[in-house]
Amino acid sequence: MTLRGDRVTLAHGGGGSAMRDLIEEVFTGAFEPDGMEDQARLEAGALAEPGARLAFTTDSFVVSPVEFPGGDIGTLAVNGTVNDLAVGGARPLWLSAAFIIEEGTDFALLRRIVASMKGEAERAGVRIVTGDTKVVGRGAADRVFVTTSGVGVIPPGRDIAAAHIRPGDVAIVNGVLGDHGACILAARGDLALSSDLQSDCAGLGHLMEAILAAAPNARAARDCTRGGLASALNEMAEAAGVGIEIEETALPLRAEVKGTCELLGLDPLYLANEGRLVVFVPKAEAQATLAAMRAVDTGAGATIIGRATEGPAGQVTMRTLFGGSRIVDMLVGEQLPRIC
Amino acid sequence: MRYVEEFRDPAAAKALIARIGAVAEAIGATRAEPVRIMEICGGHTHAIFRYGLDRLVHEGIEFIHGPGCPVCVLPMARVDEAVEISERPGVIFTSFGDAMRVPGTKKSLLQAKAEGADIRTVYSPLDALELARRHPDREVVFFGLGFETTTPSTALTIQQAAREGIGNFTVFCNHITVPQPIKVLLDDPHMLLDGFVGPGHVSMVIGTHPYDFIAQDYGKPIVVAGFEPTDLLQSVLMVLEQNRDGRAEVENQYGRVVPEHGNPVSLAAMADVYEPRPSFAWRGLGEIDASGLCIRPAYAAWDAEAKFGIGYGARRARDVAEPEGTRCAAVMTGRIKPTGCPMFGTECTPETPLGALMVSSEGACAAYWQYGGRRGPAAAE
Amino acid sequence: MCLGIPGRIVEITDAARMTAMADVSGVKREVNIACVAEAEPAALVGRWALIHVGFAMALIDEAEAAATLEALRHLGEAQETLEQIAESARALS
Repeated sequence: MTLRGDRVTLAHGGGGSAMRDLIEEVFTGAFEPDGMEDQARLEAGALAEPGARLAFTTDSFVVSPVEFPGGDIGTLAVNGTVNDLAVGGARPLWLSAAFIIEEGTDFALLRRIVASMKGEAERAGVRIVTGDTKVVGRGAADRVFVTTSGVGVIPPGRDIAAAHIRPGDVAIVNGVLGDHGACILAARGDLALSSDLQSDCAGLGHLMEAILAAAPNARAARDCTRGGLASALNEMAEAAGVGIEIEETALPLRAEVKGTCELLGLDPLYLANEGRLVVFVPKAEAQATLAAMRAVDTGAGATIIGRATEGPAGQVTMRTLFGGSRIVDMLVGEQLPRIC
Repeated sequence: MRYVEEFRDPAAAKALIARIGAVAEAIGATRAEPVRIMEICGGHTHAIFRYGLDRLVHEGIEFIHGPGCPVCVLPMARVDEAVEISERPGVIFTSFGDAMRVPGTKKSLLQAKAEGADIRTVYSPLDALELARRHPDREVVFFGLGFETTTPSTALTIQQAAREGIGNFTVFCNHITVPQPIKVLLDDPHMLLDGFVGPGHVSMVIGTHPYDFIAQDYGKPIVVAGFEPTDLLQSVLMVLEQNRDGRAEVENQYGRVVPEHGNPVSLAAMADVYEPRPSFAWRGLGEIDASGLCIRPAYAAWDAEAKFGIGYGARRARDVAEPEGTRCAAVMTGRIKPTGCPMFGTECTPETPLGALMVSSEGACAAYWQYGGRRGPAAAE
Repeated sequence: MCLGIPGRIVEITDAARMTAMADVSGVKREVNIACVAEAEPAALVGRWALIHVGFAMALIDEAEAAATLEALRHLGEAQETLEQIAESARALS
């Protein structure tokens, strides 16, 4: 061990031996890439199958606090990108990871984040093959920001996209909604709330494979991240030119999420999730899909929440408890706690 | 959730809706000649739209959305003053989330924050006081907003600050009261109201007697209501039954929370810390006598107006006007529906709100937009 | 106006400062209990209160809540009877 002290200094971003020590001891020591060239060199065999397509995505992660019940920025960074690939029908294979680190950040924190990433990557069956670090002055970042990019392969003949959704298709989510958003609100501490809520952060690659095996005509899936279920459904309704109707009584919500929302005047439909997806399948394949999802740990809470309708195109509505109906719009800005 | 979900029972709601329909028929209420019921409180407006109650009840019932949303009636000049305080060096300005997006004449608090002011959203005035304890070198200002429900919380917080001798905490007081604007509405000869659904949480503080004048002097029924859907429906039914029976009384549907005489501790704290201003400006309604509160001289050390030299009425011409082209005032007073405003849904949307009624989720315009009335109530059916 | 939600007082955290822990559907938040404090704050533990901006503003009157629900139940039953009568009338006609 040659890293000195407990914290990152600007020297660790300087390009010299301190930087090399940081990278080797904290990052590459854990991720174990095949070589130390500046670029990963990957076997193209997986892509060579005729008709296979490459899926490529990138996402940046900033979260306060960096560590929270049920995960940390590292679990988000791996699963977020894995999920972006998976909901498009791709099998995730490789990730890159770039870290912007604030001067003064504990090595111990970085090691915990890296360990989370390694664990999540193993669970998802992906490898972190290349990366980068930069160090910025105090205040220029909030401890650490992570950007991951991911490459996956869409097998021949697989084509899922929001535009394929047809009226009558059934919408299924894989579990209770809003846990991550409500958990982060409490974890920030400024609202002085506490509960046993944990983030729902999870990789959804295996779940997507189970869905696609059970529902050969699955239309489309989205992970319900920022903006929650409501935003995912609005994007899908828009892309498909259909209406979407969900049932208020069918929405799976934990008591603590309801409590958080009632206290702060928030709508759980807009709370962020990090391990939840909504998938549309033809009605005839809905029961098989549900059964297949429930057989996977990340799909144990799978349930039907609604369906696609003839329209109005692009509009998401919710049938309320009493059979009334209301529009579920895109979120405007950020949800703020309110008193009235 | 106890005391919540029992009052969202669809079977009970269905029975109430049927009973409301029967009474509405009996008194001859029709779409052309409806019974007009004002829900004073923005929380009720929100609940009516959230559950689609307006479309579930008999067509002879028309809900008129009252002025009971504190950020909707806040004059732009007061937002400007809040921004001005927040931009002073050393200030941490704290606010409920509700006020963050409300436009002033130049900018909102959210915009001021983006420009560098230290503005923080808090859940409770107690959290603002805690910030003052933690940052003794900073001036922590709390944006005191709201009706009688919220006023005791800032009064008790100021008393706490006084007890602990916390000198770097002040409240920018914009608290307002419910009974005075109701009187203004009732005095308006254009306002045709057949009864009121009264604000439940305001009443848990002030009790039901401050509404006696509505029944006794103006001959209108008022039923103090809870916020769950069966509470609201039951209250509408009670107003209708008073109409049918030719009664005008103050009734209390929300007995589980509202005591007849209110909450003595809250009332005492309010009386200790606050006194009425001679008048206060309401967006859409103008100046209303004795409708706003200010901090008594005894607590001047915790009064942001005193500390920062922002005296209400210090400026000669106070801008209470509504944004150009909008008809916020007419909507606020129930003379037109949000869809009757030329700016609704065109220039004025939740993304680019011109008026505060579109900013606050309790505002009638935002509720119309959010919950499906955006093409007008008729088209939405 | 005035979001308020029932919560159960589960613990007095500081009797001098009048604070207690309230539980709203599994979410805990410290609240001020000055408005609902009786002679002995400990007597509040287990009671339900209406929570607004970090203050317990009113104790929930359980008898009143039960009475309201009872009235709703009666109304529901009466409505059911009415519907049954209407249905049998249709069947007979």
